[in-house]
Amino acid sequence: MKLSNRTKVVEQGEMTLAERMYLPAIVGGMATTLKHFFSKPVTIRYPEQQRYLGPIYRGHHILKKDEQGAERCTACGLCAVACPAEAISMVAEERKKGEEKLYREEKYAKVYEINMLRCIFCGLCEEACPKEAIFLRHDQMVPVFNSRDEVIYGKDKLVEKMDQRYLREGWK
Amino acid sequence: MNLLDSVFIAKASFIGVIFLITLGVAAYSTYFERKIAAFMQDRIGPDRAGPFGILQPLADAVKMFMKEDFIPANSNKWLFIMGPCLSMLTALMTSAVVPFGDTITLGDVTFDLQGIDVNIGILWVFGIVSLGVYGILIGGWASNNKYSLLGAIRAASQNISYELAMGLSIIAILMMTGSLSTKAIVEAQQNGHWNILYQPMGFVIFLICAFAECNRTPFDLPECETELIGGYHTEYSSMKLGFFLFAEYINMFISGAVMATLYFGGYDYPGVDFVTAQFGATAATLIGMGALIGKALAFVFIFMWVRWTLPRFRYDQLMGLGWSGLIPIAMFNVVVTGLGVLLNQQILVGFGGLIVFIAGIVVYDQLFVKKKLA
Repeated sequence: MKLSNRTKVVEQGEMTLAERMYLPAIVGGMATTLKHFFSKPVTIRYPEQQRYLGPIYRGHHILKKDEQGAERCTACGLCAVACPAEAISMVAEERKKGEEKLYREEKYAKVYEINMLRCIFCGLCEEACPKEAIFLRHDQMVPVFNSRDEVIYGKDKLVEKMDQRYLREGWK
Repeated sequence: MNLLDSVFIAKASFIGVIFLITLGVAAYSTYFERKIAAFMQDRIGPDRAGPFGILQPLADAVKMFMKEDFIPANSNKWLFIMGPCLSMLTALMTSAVVPFGDTITLGDVTFDLQGIDVNIGILWVFGIVSLGVYGILIGGWASNNKYSLLGAIRAASQNISYELAMGLSIIAILMMTGSLSTKAIVEAQQNGHWNILYQPMGFVIFLICAFAECNRTPFDLPECETELIGGYHTEYSSMKLGFFLFAEYINMFISGAVMATLYFGGYDYPGVDFVTAQFGATAATLIGMGALIGKALAFVFIFMWVRWTLPRFRYDQLMGLGWSGLIPIAMFNVVVTGLGVLLNQQILVGFGGLIVFIAGIVVYDQLFVKKKLA
């Protein structure tokens, strides 16, 4: 059965005179390389120039805050359960009186850690989260690290800063 | 005595200038080779060392010097060191007979812009180029490594094979000029009578042979990575390897200069008389020198262009092309040129010969070569 009708049967016979002389083919090949010589390079000089990776690229994790600046995470642990690499761990704490501005729910994550050596950036934590608290941002990647002490990211590196909020395409 | 002194100093400084130009061109050839390769593959190429990467040759040289200078335990130590030195020496010696310009007058001294004007100029080039393979041969043999030896053997047999066709293509030029002196050959081509018009076939043969003599793709079998690791320079490291690579680039530049001398009028350029009348003979001579170097650089570009276009030949194809392709064509070219000199109609007979040659091949193909059954 033919999968497509684009099959082309190639028969190799004796080479023609022009083929045996090589020179026409060589000139043709040199024309091709000259054409490429004047065409635009496709290189992206990576650290200085960066390619746009799309609106749903899974990069650096971020723990979102709401509009009032309160953390959305309620430390339910669903992200940790969903995580196939077991990279997420957290310690829950009850919200005290007077902390309503800081934490949106009555329970919050006192410690929230992601091991970036374990994380496989699958995005299942984002899908599991019922409070729309954790996201993998599309515009920033986890930087290269030189020591194993640097790979466990705590809340200091994960929680969103109110002066540079993360917005994804389609969000208000 | 005073005159002799000043001529000597002028010559010495000229040779120094040529030496520096050759080395500079060779150093920047490595950079432009990478740049041209990159452009032909839609890339950017080296651009980190300095603006546009123009300090790259410097960085490469520093890298080469800093690397470990390794000599294999079972190698012949003296010959191992001599190989790259000989390559470099012969590569630099060829430029001595290339006429870089007409006579120039500085103060009261008049001298040629040429290292030495010997009456056997072309033979000198041939002799030195033949010696050039000794560097590769000695280096490959002294490495005591079968791959190096195979590369060296290939280099030797390839050079011998292609020197024959090269010599035959030059004989046609000698028949027209009647002199072996490179200066005389260039002077015969002044005012636009470039040999390329009289010798198109000879030029193509010479160009192909020059590729083979410089061990450049598609004839770079001596350093064929796929079969021979690195060929003759497998065991070399540090600046000894650098010398081998450097010698290749110098050879490219010099063979470009020789081709410009033999086929493209040397230091001739359109409008010499105009420049001489307007700005004086010195300016005209210096522009002529620039013209020759420009022509040589154009050939260097063609060398690189071909390298990044063609894959290399198989060894039997290489030998077949040399012995049963180029040598008969070169002999035919000699006969045609002789006819042209005899009838005093060189351009006409030259192109007639080319047409007869192509027609003969087509007729032969139609009559004797088996065709595929449709």
